[in-house]
Amino acid sequence: MTQAVSDFHQQALSQWVGKSDKFQRLNADGSKAFEALPFPTRKTEAWKYTSLYALTQQDYNQAVATFDGAEVAANYQVDSLDVQQWVFVNGQFQANLSTQKNESGLHMVRFSDASAEQLALIEKHLGQVAENERNLFTALNNAQVQDGVFIYVEKNTQLTQPIHIVNVTTQQGQAASAFNRCLVVLDQLAQATVIEQFVSSDAEQDVLLNQVTEAVVGNGAQLQHYRLHKEHESSLHFGGVYVDLGRDSQFNSYQVLLGGKVKRLDVLVNHNEGGSHCEMKGVYLPKNDQHVDIHSYIEHKAAHCTTDEIYRGIMADQSKAVFNGRIHIHPDAQKTLAELSNKNLLLSDKAQINTKPELEIYADDVRCAHGATVAQLDETAKFYLQSRGISAQEADIMLSFGFINELLDSIPLEPLRVALRPLLAQQFSSDRALTQHILHDEAGA
Amino acid sequence: MLSIKNLHAKVEEKDILKGLNIEIKPGEIHAIMGPNGAGKSTLGNVLSGREGYEVTDGEVIFDGKNILDMDTEERAREGLFLAFQYPVEIPGVSNLEFLKASVDAVRAHRGQDPLDSVSFLKLAREKCKAVNLDQNFLKRGVNEGFSGGEKKRNEIMQMMLLEPKLCILDETDSGLDIDALQVVAEGVNSQRDPNRSFIVVTHYQRLLDYIVPDYVHVLAGGKIVKSGGKELALELEEKGYGWIENGAA
Repeated sequence: MTQAVSDFHQQALSQWVGKSDKFQRLNADGSKAFEALPFPTRKTEAWKYTSLYALTQQDYNQAVATFDGAEVAANYQVDSLDVQQWVFVNGQFQANLSTQKNESGLHMVRFSDASAEQLALIEKHLGQVAENERNLFTALNNAQVQDGVFIYVEKNTQLTQPIHIVNVTTQQGQAASAFNRCLVVLDQLAQATVIEQFVSSDAEQDVLLNQVTEAVVGNGAQLQHYRLHKEHESSLHFGGVYVDLGRDSQFNSYQVLLGGKVKRLDVLVNHNEGGSHCEMKGVYLPKNDQHVDIHSYIEHKAAHCTTDEIYRGIMADQSKAVFNGRIHIHPDAQKTLAELSNKNLLLSDKAQINTKPELEIYADDVRCAHGATVAQLDETAKFYLQSRGISAQEADIMLSFGFINELLDSIPLEPLRVALRPLLAQQFSSDRALTQHILHDEAGA
Repeated sequence: MLSIKNLHAKVEEKDILKGLNIEIKPGEIHAIMGPNGAGKSTLGNVLSGREGYEVTDGEVIFDGKNILDMDTEERAREGLFLAFQYPVEIPGVSNLEFLKASVDAVRAHRGQDPLDSVSFLKLAREKCKAVNLDQNFLKRGVNEGFSGGEKKRNEIMQMMLLEPKLCILDETDSGLDIDALQVVAEGVNSQRDPNRSFIVVTHYQRLLDYIVPDYVHVLAGGKIVKSGGKELALELEEKGYGWIENGAA
């Protein structure tokens, strides 16, 4: 079925909006903003290199029909990781696949199960960071939101276990959309680790997942955040991570973006008060016909804040990637230290990267740097490896993996680092003989 | 061990080697000296099969096999080792995984089982010690941030691990102070063996005080223009290359 571009909004509004009695104001604002945002074309700056043609070819504004994702468990289990694990299949919570351990100072509930007190907190923060105007899919998420995960960590609480939220998509009879939402609130001096993982069943699927996460990191609080994607090559993802940082707070984000037909991730970090620190590290490894688009926005609104942002991408086959990283230093943000680096490796003549690091500075006493590079594998390094007996094929894999190894090694959560290593190596070859040397035992050296 | 006959090679359409002949027997050390631009480094790259170095005539028989049709890695597995003048820095690839991959590849070619990681680590640590490199260098990226001397010692360590039949040392002395030079030379000398040969490519006689060659050849204008014993190196040091080049012209 082919639908005209203008139909998308109409169908989305009638299908998703106005079904909830909660969050009516947010829903109404979202829906108004969504209606006003035009369907992106190549002339829309924020979507210049990412085509939404797929959305005009099939009607994605249909509800998912099935929610059985039990067979996918192997795709998201992380060995030796002791966690609170909540699993959503096509946007719907799966109690039978989830585990919850009580930890003092932690409130983890679905919006629909929230107590009056918790609901008051949700209403206070939900939609406050995820601005409608940023992205039409975020506006749509705001317009439809009824349920989601609420994580609240009380003042001075340091969680001992990471929180693991898994989003699974599975095969449907037709194109369909699923939504999910996550709100993380860390009170003063609280510390938490939140892992968001996005996986699929192994079957062909035309599922679009629209997922938005908001985090409010209180004064002196620290949030370690992971966003790990490895969806089926036929699935679509439109996601957003929106973060408000309080005074002297810290946000460390690690993103691994694999798989998916079209994936778009918007990340916004607001340095609202002085002394906060943001460290953001991401890798994207599209291959085949995959398309990945990252838009990051760092808003320095207060003095003495720091940002260290590093993204690396390796594009294989006919894949395409878009990286747009913007750091905006507002007039009051004196003594800001901000760095943005984006390095890319093209493994094939047909692979593409469009990268645009942007720095906008309105304060005069800051230290900022930004840069992007695009390269191919280093022939001299390859010759060096081959001159020691290593095959050309293995040399390519070692050099490609080496390009992202540094970022992988910087992941603080060890079980995750150990689990990610083979997952990333597999991107370059499924032949164990060719990846065995990059998969050395961590303790080995 | 190695027989090069009438070797012609070009790089980017420029003829560099123009009829080079050399015979090397097992256990021998041959020094190749010569002025800048004579083709000294080209020889090492051609023998290793580097892309962009095109052989236009002649033959190279290594241990009874014509190696000119082999890929770089096959030549290495057959026992040819090139110690680089400028070893390449490869951030993100640890020295240890690089060394293990190399040794596994060479061992597999010889029909040997791969070493398990514990035995390999033990071996690598021994070799580190032999060339006076701290064990931390195994964890670091290949040559990443190594000083000139550390890079050269890393080359010698690789040579020790791979146990090649023929080692080509391409201006190994460049960028080394006298202490580092001695460590490297000791490493090389410890590997001398009746079945292993060396080609030592160098500008200066100095290195040959430490690695004493059986033969010295002068490479100029793409061919060997003079050969002799180790005393030829001293003569060159005294008189420069001019007198030979002029004589050859």
